[in-house]
Amino acid sequence: MRIPPQQTRFPDGRLHLQDGPIDLIIEAFGAAQSVEEAYAAAWRRFGTILDELCAELPLLRARATPEAKRPAGAVARRMADAVAPLCHDRFITPMAAVAGAVAEEILDAMTTAAPLRRAYVNDGGDIALYLRRGESFAVGMIDRPDRPSLVGSARIKSGDKVRGVATSGWRGRSFSLGIADAVTVLARSASLADAAATLVANAVDLPGHPAARRVAASARDPQSDLGDRLVTAGVGDLTPRDVDEALAAGLDEAEALRRAGVLEGAALQLCGRTLLCGVGGSRDFRSIAAGGNNAAIHFRSPLPGAHELDGRR
Amino acid sequence: MAEADDKIRCDACPVLCYIRPGMTGACDRYANRNGELVRVDPHVLLEHTVSGGGQVVPFMSQAREWTGDIVNAPAPIITAVGAGTTYPDYKPAPFIVSSKVDGVDMVTVVTEGIYSYCGVKLKIDTDRHLGAECATVRAKGEPVGHVTTGEYGSQMLSLGGVNHLTHGGKKEGRVTCETLLDLCNRNAVELTIDGGSSVIVQAGKPPIVNGQVEERMRVGCGSATIGMFAKQWYGKVDEVVVVDDHITGVLSEHQAGKLLGARDTGIKMKGRRSTPGRYFHVAEPGAGWGGANISDPLQIVAGFDAKVAWPGMTMLMVSTTGEQHAFYRLDEALKPVEMELPESLRLSVARIRENCEPALCSVLFMGGAGGSLRAGVTENPVRLTRSVRDALTTVTAGGAPVFVWPGGGITFMVDVTLLPDNAFGYVPTPAIVAPIEFTMRLDDYAALGGHLDHVRLVGEILAQRAKAQTDRTPARSDA
Repeated sequence: MRIPPQQTRFPDGRLHLQDGPIDLIIEAFGAAQSVEEAYAAAWRRFGTILDELCAELPLLRARATPEAKRPAGAVARRMADAVAPLCHDRFITPMAAVAGAVAEEILDAMTTAAPLRRAYVNDGGDIALYLRRGESFAVGMIDRPDRPSLVGSARIKSGDKVRGVATSGWRGRSFSLGIADAVTVLARSASLADAAATLVANAVDLPGHPAARRVAASARDPQSDLGDRLVTAGVGDLTPRDVDEALAAGLDEAEALRRAGVLEGAALQLCGRTLLCGVGGSRDFRSIAAGGNNAAIHFRSPLPGAHELDGRR
Repeated sequence: MAEADDKIRCDACPVLCYIRPGMTGACDRYANRNGELVRVDPHVLLEHTVSGGGQVVPFMSQAREWTGDIVNAPAPIITAVGAGTTYPDYKPAPFIVSSKVDGVDMVTVVTEGIYSYCGVKLKIDTDRHLGAECATVRAKGEPVGHVTTGEYGSQMLSLGGVNHLTHGGKKEGRVTCETLLDLCNRNAVELTIDGGSSVIVQAGKPPIVNGQVEERMRVGCGSATIGMFAKQWYGKVDEVVVVDDHITGVLSEHQAGKLLGARDTGIKMKGRRSTPGRYFHVAEPGAGWGGANISDPLQIVAGFDAKVAWPGMTMLMVSTTGEQHAFYRLDEALKPVEMELPESLRLSVARIRENCEPALCSVLFMGGAGGSLRAGVTENPVRLTRSVRDALTTVTAGGAPVFVWPGGGITFMVDVTLLPDNAFGYVPTPAIVAPIEFTMRLDDYAALGGHLDHVRLVGEILAQRAKAQTDRTPARSDA
């Protein structure tokens, strides 16, 4: 039985839209009338999103290649476009960008419908941002959903290139090939951030390490776009050296993506240790400029376990 | 659990997920449980807790701030520590994502991924020998735990724990998880013990040992039974032996018999005499009389001293639960000959039975909420532990009272029969998902350094839940 899409409002006014696996938390800022118009537009656009995606699921679950057929749906195209610059030398499917692409599409519908000061669409942690001149957003980062606490925050200002934020990791509900607790990426768009976070989280890895338990994605989800690829099912005890090594591998990927213009900044987190990408060489994660402009990621001080990490460094 | 290829197709949304047994679909709202599509909403517990008290949740159009008033609260005040009312939860992402934190407009988080390491302690009321201490307990052939101490009238088993869940083989972890989940959700589970018995265990139900339903718990050990019933036997029978694998009691030698002036009978028992009238190790442990491996009670009697015993002497042999009994009269050769139990003794045997409580299985879920949880609550985690120690913070599991272990962390045990139905869940990690709530005054929570904005979320969820019930809209528990 198809459960229709749902919309609810939090008592504080935020809008929650849900359909199947999609959960959106939306907040718009501006004149009250405009906010309501934007929410109405979000709900209208949301109504068919999941059906549109499902109509092209086989294509969206297939490996992206430069020769692949271009999908028809607007969200599907955002997904395909986001992974296009990443697909030539590695396995990725448009599904890597689905959450960010949905967030973007809904945000577009809202900002087209009404003048807003700022707005965000948060799709389970993958966020599309709209900022009028002079506005900013503070985004909190949580590395582990099983013990949610803010481990850091990023301030995105209107002058930054960043309009998308996404987080990926094996603890998430999407599979990861890597062992990162969380990789948060700041990028020009939510779909790019989503795809890039997936890749960087995959790269935070210790291939063949016995502490990483892996299972075939297909064993968990018969329809996974990852097929029989091994995905991380658990991570046992890691030595500080292991943690450094895995994070360093992820940082290489993040730096490569940053140089390619895919992402503006990233925070890589594993076992309470964080590496930041976005400024040359600095490992001081307290405050760091992302993408050479003034978007900034801040970490709460002290981080859990940060003392010994600082000492070791 | 259904077989591995027994996937089902969910039609709740156009994704049309094929869901393997024990897995959820892409939304994490629907799952394949034993081949059946079930909804695994978060915060179902809260609804159960509230409705379990017979209360109707009032519709609240506004978010209700929690004033810290714990007296007039509709249910245990459940602080939204972390994801919401239950920790961990099936689908925390929307909650975490929707939580507002000081100084930030939104949070980004890896969605989903909840698990905890835990186990169950089983108390099985039986005198029958289930297995030797430390023997491996298996479910579906996989090791899931071990036999631990024997206690009064019962045998303790310890199942699960991090080693079986994660350190064994993949199948071991999965079967352990299934076993724990079934036990916690009060389903029957068949366990086999290496070198011992097979037992079907279900919380709040009698154990079934080797196919036999255990009805009664012993009234006491054999020696205690002598003490309790000596007066009722004295004068009606010359000797009484209460057969017990642990401590077999003999009336004529026992202090209770001596005080009454019972005459020596010259009975010679097998086993090792501990104190007068109390015998250890009269046989091997088993599923027969009094938890020993005997079906004929005379197996534990070595004979009678001809200088003391006399022809015509009568003897009652009875188990500690009164379920088995036999009456004998010594013939001319001082050999016991079984006779029908006289009416005068029937009552005492019935009374032993009557004084035995029903044999049950108890299942205590045990979990540690220490490290990970505390890190999620406050920057100064030890304060939460201290707060629990100081009784400023109450820990409950699905609204049920828990026993919190002294020592580090917050390791607790809870009787699973006190939780709402299907309160436990699992993730394929494999691990059990169990509810836990921390209840405290708002000012105490503030003193802990908690994120006060999370507190408000409870009011929102309650309001939304009430609204959903009022509106009779499709269940939207997580809005």
